[in-house]
Amino acid sequence: MGAGHAHGGLGAAYVAGDTPVHRLEPHTKLVAVLAFALVVVLTPVQAGWAPPAYAGFLVLLLAVAAVARVRPGRLLRGLAVEVPFVFFALLLPVVSRGPRTDVLGVSLSESGLAAGGSILAKATLSVLAATLLAATTDPRALLRGLERLRLPSVLVQILTFMIRYADVISGELRRMKVARESRGFRGRHLGALRVLGPAAGSLFIRAYERGERVHLAMLSRGYTGRLPTGPVAVVGGRAWAAALSLPLAAAAVLAAGSLLG
Amino acid sequence: MSTPPPDASLAAPSLLVEDLAYAYPDGHQALYGVDLRLEPGERVALLGPNGAGKTTLVLHLNGILRGGRGRVAVGGLPVGDRTLQEVRRRVGIVFQDPDDQLFMPTVGEDVAFGPRNLGLPESEVTRRVAAALAAVDMADAVDRPPHHLSFGQRRRVAVATVLSMQPEVLVLDEPSSNLDPAGRRELAEVLEGLPITLLMVTHDLPYALQLCPRSVVLDRGMVVADGPTRELLADPALLAAHRLELPFGFDPRAVP
Repeated sequence: MGAGHAHGGLGAAYVAGDTPVHRLEPHTKLVAVLAFALVVVLTPVQAGWAPPAYAGFLVLLLAVAAVARVRPGRLLRGLAVEVPFVFFALLLPVVSRGPRTDVLGVSLSESGLAAGGSILAKATLSVLAATLLAATTDPRALLRGLERLRLPSVLVQILTFMIRYADVISGELRRMKVARESRGFRGRHLGALRVLGPAAGSLFIRAYERGERVHLAMLSRGYTGRLPTGPVAVVGGRAWAAALSLPLAAAAVLAAGSLLG
Repeated sequence: MSTPPPDASLAAPSLLVEDLAYAYPDGHQALYGVDLRLEPGERVALLGPNGAGKTTLVLHLNGILRGGRGRVAVGGLPVGDRTLQEVRRRVGIVFQDPDDQLFMPTVGEDVAFGPRNLGLPESEVTRRVAAALAAVDMADAVDRPPHHLSFGQRRRVAVATVLSMQPEVLVLDEPSSNLDPAGRRELAEVLEGLPITLLMVTHDLPYALQLCPRSVVLDRGMVVADGPTRELLADPALLAAHRLELPFGFDPRAVP
């Protein structure tokens, strides 16, 4: 059995550090990011002051990133998950109805442009905030945060096992791949699916059987349905204020926009 | 160390299995009336070919499998519905694949899993985690994720995860499998230093001879031999009859 020496996987998003953002308790950060996303989503799409507001939100995020010493490259890579939204946003101006305008010789819908643009902006801002959270919070701490926020225990346990076993399962996948290729297999053509399908099936069976063995080991040590965790730190008002400064500032931008615009 | 104290017959045996028979729901009969008695402090190897019923027997020791004929008692406490949690504290099973055993994000949290399930106060949990990791020589790994450890280190941490529950009996399933020679020796040193009743399921006959003065051979769901390990291993007819084989050139009588 090869020991899992992959340091990629789910832990890859985390950038170790010791900045004020890193030190915040994970559950306060979770609440802050959720509240920030909520404020971003509440920004009216058709309002003329929406683009400056988006810029304001972006400045706030970049300020947090600067404090957390998260590099711009890391933030850009976090945006990869947004790609499907980008396709959708680019499609909207083409397929929407209503008054049309010409951009570079292509006839596009005005409302579609506004909707697409705002989807793009809102998704980007929310994903950036989530990327900052992932980059400054160890996945295990994130789980503790979710548990403190009273996420159902079963969900937290499933996520815990996902983090623990992602490396183990991907190690199995890698060994199966090496074993296949050692016997001359090349997955270049459609016929390869006849090999890869059963391989996926057997990986599933192996993971399922491992699940049963893990459950046995847990029962043997007195598992009663909960994953017991250690003591939790008490979070004072100042720590909450620090964490919530991001969504509060965003809310201020939103309020200023709706009052002045 | 490993021989039972003189008054052992007075104290309750660490492990008592009487006339245990079990058939799986699919009808496959795995055990046909097994008797086994381990005195406190004894170190016993459970030998036998694949499919002999060793794992089935082990899963009965802490009540994961029940419902067949016969009875099991741990330190005098019979295994039953009401005693299940206490039985699982008393019997510490170390499974073969440490990745099955180590499911928490860090070594420290994993070793704390059992004691926290027992509802111990946090100060006691911390103390036990430190003691258990020190006993297996892994004290500096407390904050590391299990997948960053070598296989031998993970196996030793797996032993610590049950030691922290201060069990009456330590049950090891194939402890030497997949270990390199150094890892094998390190684990042997750890196990030899533990003042605890030990039942070791293994195919590794030299390892059994090194660690366990007494061996029990299980085949086709029955105990077919029970005696000093050296005598059993020096009986070629017995070994051949139950698919047990010594490594090439190994002479159990020549081992000190």
